[in-house]
Amino acid sequence: MLRKFREKIGANSFLLLITIVLFIVMYIVGMIVFRNDNFGRLQVFLNLFISNAGLIVASVGMTMVLISGGIDISVGSVVAVTCMLLAWMMENKNIGAVPAIIIVLVLGIIYGLIQGLLIAYLKIQPFIVTLAGMFFCRGMTAVISSDMISIKNETFLELANAKIYLPFGGHVNKKGVMLYPYIYPSVIIALVVLVLIFFMLKYTKFGRSIYAVGGNEQSALLLGLNVRLTKLKVYVLNGFLATLAGFVFCLNTSGGFVEQAKGFEMEAIASSVIGGTLLTGGVGNVIGCLFGVLIKGTIETFITFKGTLSSWWTKIVIAALLCFFIILQSILASTKHKRRKASKI
Amino acid sequence: MTNVKKILRKIYGHSLFFPLTCLGIVLAVNLIKTPTFFQISLNNGVLYGYIIDILNRSSELIILAIGMTLVVAGSGGTDISVGAVSAVAGAITIYSLVGSMSSAVYRIPYGFAIILGLLGGIACGMFNGFLIAKLKIQPMVATLILFTAGRGIAQIITQGFILYVRNEPFKYLGNFIPGVPIPTPIFVAIMVILVTVLILKKTALGLYIQTVGINRKAARLVGLNSSLYIFLIYTFSGLCAGIAGMIITSRVYSIDANNAGLNIELDAILAVAIGGNSLAGGKFSLAGSIIGAITIQALTTSLYAMKVTADQLPVYKAIVVIIIVMLQSTELKRMVHSLYQKISNLIAGKKVA
Repeated sequence: MLRKFREKIGANSFLLLITIVLFIVMYIVGMIVFRNDNFGRLQVFLNLFISNAGLIVASVGMTMVLISGGIDISVGSVVAVTCMLLAWMMENKNIGAVPAIIIVLVLGIIYGLIQGLLIAYLKIQPFIVTLAGMFFCRGMTAVISSDMISIKNETFLELANAKIYLPFGGHVNKKGVMLYPYIYPSVIIALVVLVLIFFMLKYTKFGRSIYAVGGNEQSALLLGLNVRLTKLKVYVLNGFLATLAGFVFCLNTSGGFVEQAKGFEMEAIASSVIGGTLLTGGVGNVIGCLFGVLIKGTIETFITFKGTLSSWWTKIVIAALLCFFIILQSILASTKHKRRKASKI
Repeated sequence: MTNVKKILRKIYGHSLFFPLTCLGIVLAVNLIKTPTFFQISLNNGVLYGYIIDILNRSSELIILAIGMTLVVAGSGGTDISVGAVSAVAGAITIYSLVGSMSSAVYRIPYGFAIILGLLGGIACGMFNGFLIAKLKIQPMVATLILFTAGRGIAQIITQGFILYVRNEPFKYLGNFIPGVPIPTPIFVAIMVILVTVLILKKTALGLYIQTVGINRKAARLVGLNSSLYIFLIYTFSGLCAGIAGMIITSRVYSIDANNAGLNIELDAILAVAIGGNSLAGGKFSLAGSIIGAITIQALTTSLYAMKVTADQLPVYKAIVVIIIVMLQSTELKRMVHSLYQKISNLIAGKKVA
């Protein structure tokens, strides 16, 4: 019966469905286990978005790159160097918050352009290029400053700490004051990026050609698509999104240090894959990637609520989940392959 | 005249030309900056000098590069988990020796702990191999799992502490055995090289790995068990990472799960690339990779001498990687060639006009 159902909705939606169900189940389990700790409050749910806003932006970029058949493992380092650069410019060079942000985003586009040129036009493996990019950015962070810089710029902090209250879902605290749940501007940036990229992937010519290039490069070329230009654009957009993720991340941490956002690229890739993006390219969507991020956030919330576990467990659980979904993908792909073979005979 | 040209072409075309040139450049720069570079002295019965230091420090890199060469040759991918796997192997060994307390008393025999550590490395390699050979996941993505989770696992084994072994004989492997003037890691590296070369040359394994790397499907069709060979090379890479982990931990007689073997995977890939091996798989040269590893270590040592700090080092190495892969890129060669043709056509056209 399961197979019939799976055939009806397709293997890829099947993966997405598993992810959504997994998230809902995990959340309900959390509500039951931590029912005395207010796990069920709306604010706890919104905190998932607040603490993972940067990751949402980076994962959306990563999903796009994965769909195009490439990979970018430098996002963690890009986020680190962005935070450091923002902090350094605002604190040590007295550049205003707005110009600093614009400079960083432009640098991100240039970075994406260089990566894109190397990958699309010189045909160097994306992994090698972005591995070099990863080490380059991490090293640059140390070159800028090996000490931690915290941001004290007022405009920046105002933006970082502006609470936006929701008009519903509040609860009354011990003193009898009604507290409404809130979000930060970073969440709005993340959601806007998510929606924009969702529509871009679904309804624009560029978006559709990303799927075509990722699905089969040869066919895309024969269809008359400009494969190289598409790839270049993907990496440029990804560079921009990675630095934007860095900026959003920085809104949360308000500072830069060398070891920041280590393993971030892994989380972004894991979120995309858990959300049903195929590592072989051509399949995926950003809605799934949002759920991937939320699952990771839920695991983290579990660990903070539990209080006694080491934060390393988050990474191990994420790696295990990633492993599980990769294996699931591989099995689904091979059964699909066998079915196709069988139908041919 | 033609003879000279022929000889020149032969030298230029030799597979070791590129790595040796790189090494030559690095050494020459060092010789100019520090004239005492090639001096070797005997202090307290052990050899000292830049050259010895570079050879000593490059030992674990050579071991990793050998594993990486086979991985690159056989699967056209890279194993980026080697640094983390070294940390895991080191953590297993030290934890099984002293537990979660730093001490000088062994809980189990030293040799047994080493074997446990190596088994840990092999297990990690087998995990990678299974994902890549059986489930056909891209090598880099599959090894990415351990790249991040590995340090977490090591961290959990050591329970977040930096564990020390306060025992003289434990330091032998990574430093000097009393009475022997040459650092021990060099012997270990030579042994790994010899064993690998013997296995590859005396059996057809080397040939098989190349065949699988050039065309996995074709290799399967001529009757080679491609998946088995890919599984084996990743397992071997895990073993190499384990051996390197033993040396790394013995060098500092402690395990720091966060920093043991940090960034060493990039060095290993770089060594393979400098060695003239194509990162797309196929033909490989172990000698090239070994020279590549020594070149990287020479570069690192000289950068340290130029007061570049450890966390800034990746910047320079990343630039070197990009330059090397660009030099290897056939696409770039084609572009330069066509540009050259256009320009020469233009000049010729002008002459005709």
